Amino acid sequence: MQDETLTPAARPIRSRLASLRRHPLALPAALTVLVAVTPLFLASSYHYRIAALVLIFALACLGLNLLMGYAGQISLGHAGFMGIGAYAVAIGPAHLGLPSWLSLLAGAALSALVAFIVGRPILRLKRHYLAVATLGFGLLIAIVLTNEAEFTGGPDGMAVERMQLFGWTAKGTVTWYWISAITFLLGAKLALNLIDSPTGRALRAIHDGEVAASVLGVDVARKKLAAFVLAAVYASVAGSYLALFNGHITPDVAGFLRSIELVAMVVLGGMGSILGSLVGTAVLVVLPQTLTVLHDYEHMVLGLIIICIMIFLREGIVPTLAAALGARRS
Amino acid sequence: MAENLQFAFSGLTVGTVYALVALGFTLIYNASDVINFAQGEFVMLGGMTTVFLAMAGLPLPLAALAAIASTVVVGLALHRLAIEPARTANPIVLIMITIGASIFLRGLAQVVFDKRFHTLPPIFGSEPIRIGGAAILPQSLVVLAGAVVIVVLLWAFVDRTLFGKALIATSANRLAARLVGIDTRQIVGFSFAVSAAIGAAAGILITPITLTSFDVGTLLALKGFAAAMLGGIGSALGAVVGGLLLGLLEAFAAGYLSSQYKDAVAFLVILAVLFAMPQGLFGKTRVERV
Repeated sequence: MQDETLTPAARPIRSRLASLRRHPLALPAALTVLVAVTPLFLASSYHYRIAALVLIFALACLGLNLLMGYAGQISLGHAGFMGIGAYAVAIGPAHLGLPSWLSLLAGAALSALVAFIVGRPILRLKRHYLAVATLGFGLLIAIVLTNEAEFTGGPDGMAVERMQLFGWTAKGTVTWYWISAITFLLGAKLALNLIDSPTGRALRAIHDGEVAASVLGVDVARKKLAAFVLAAVYASVAGSYLALFNGHITPDVAGFLRSIELVAMVVLGGMGSILGSLVGTAVLVVLPQTLTVLHDYEHMVLGLIIICIMIFLREGIVPTLAAALGARRS
Repeated sequence: MAENLQFAFSGLTVGTVYALVALGFTLIYNASDVINFAQGEFVMLGGMTTVFLAMAGLPLPLAALAAIASTVVVGLALHRLAIEPARTANPIVLIMITIGASIFLRGLAQVVFDKRFHTLPPIFGSEPIRIGGAAILPQSLVVLAGAVVIVVLLWAFVDRTLFGKALIATSANRLAARLVGIDTRQIVGFSFAVSAAIGAAAGILITPITLTSFDVGTLLALKGFAAAMLGGIGSALGAVVGGLLLGLLEAFAAGYLSSQYKDAVAFLVILAVLFAMPQGLFGKTRVERV
């Protein structure tokens, strides 16, 4: 898209649009409008349910995208943190008598602590070695959740008590749509703030070259760890929401396939793109639901679509389309 | 003692399959830097195709050969249609493509075959052989022997033929290999074909012991990948040692600690090894160029 193709009158409009797009509040405002307008197109409780699931998984992907897209570190075990958050709100009320909201916070704190402890040695590893170490870590959590049946109900999972706040019970798909929508917006704003901070710049420097970043005075190990801990907290909160929303949880939430799915959402939507986290999640949550009409051919078509997106939109959906529209956005 | 021998044999049997899957990972990685998560699907296709061709009345050896041949075609198609068009993309994008391919192949197997578990008749019957108080299935020995044959053939091929030397050159330095006239695209395609053949053969060998179904590939890919990383990615010796070690770890952990936690023990050991040796057991230390 060259400016020469525009009429002289259109040029100032285009540049004003471009500057509007670069405004720090442009993306949060756009996301808020998107989330507020979406219910107009949701006709049934089932639609609300799908939309809420998209937002919950998008929340987890926001954190993972900070780790993958900005710090350039992969995690193939991120569902493990979702598992910690999910089982925190299941076990807290059932076995320890804690209210759900406190269990949610405790789960997030526990995830942060676990990430802090395992992050230090794990993040020293590079590339595929990091992938296999995080994969192993995620599996360990899933195995514990499956086998400690006394607390977790084993492979069949366990029921999760509804969340109560000041006598009000959070239930129903519409309620959960709004709870997850507001949390997602807060999470996105927090992520955007982080990206624009010195830490965000340090993370991008690490992404481009660890040695170069450390020469420039970036404490590489510490910044990577910070991104890992933050990503763990995002995933943990998303896991708690998923458990509270569904009212039931099984160890699958922490499984290897779930971890792969999270990575796929981030890569499909676009690494390093906040909007991409939402778009990638929407594709991978909505697509399998619509493909069920194909019955046995469901998986074949899903696999083909993933392959085609990655071949033709290899930077991810949002960055590729943004580049095609002639405007790069963060 | 007899117990240990028993654990060792069952560990070696499973470990052999892990080693073959890891070898498949290594071959493709060396030629192209791609981690092929559809590697487990090759194992599944080998087993399932043989089962269904045998059911259709084909004699077993013929069915096995046809299964390997058709898996090779799948491997070549995967390279030509999915990997090659995205050749210049980021490694994580290529990994996602192989994950998409593994979902596709699993779905394909679900449609072409079915969703049930299947087995094959063991070649030398199922009467266990007694060695030092341990009972070994004859098929376990077939698996071990088969793996030795595959590894020797692969070694002879890579070490003794011009094509194999081109493969080594490509994995050492792709640009330099192209400069001396090696068609690296052909080499990468070839590595997919050989990996598919190895995977399919592993699937056929192990099916009489562990059964097969359309979804056995995921777990095998995961274990094979872990084994390749334990040994140090890119090292064929590492892949074999890593696979056998992983199988033995699982067998002894299941025997002495708990069968539920056998995978946990295996991965704890892998984590410990990687913390001490971040390049795996036989991996090359890579110096980052700034």
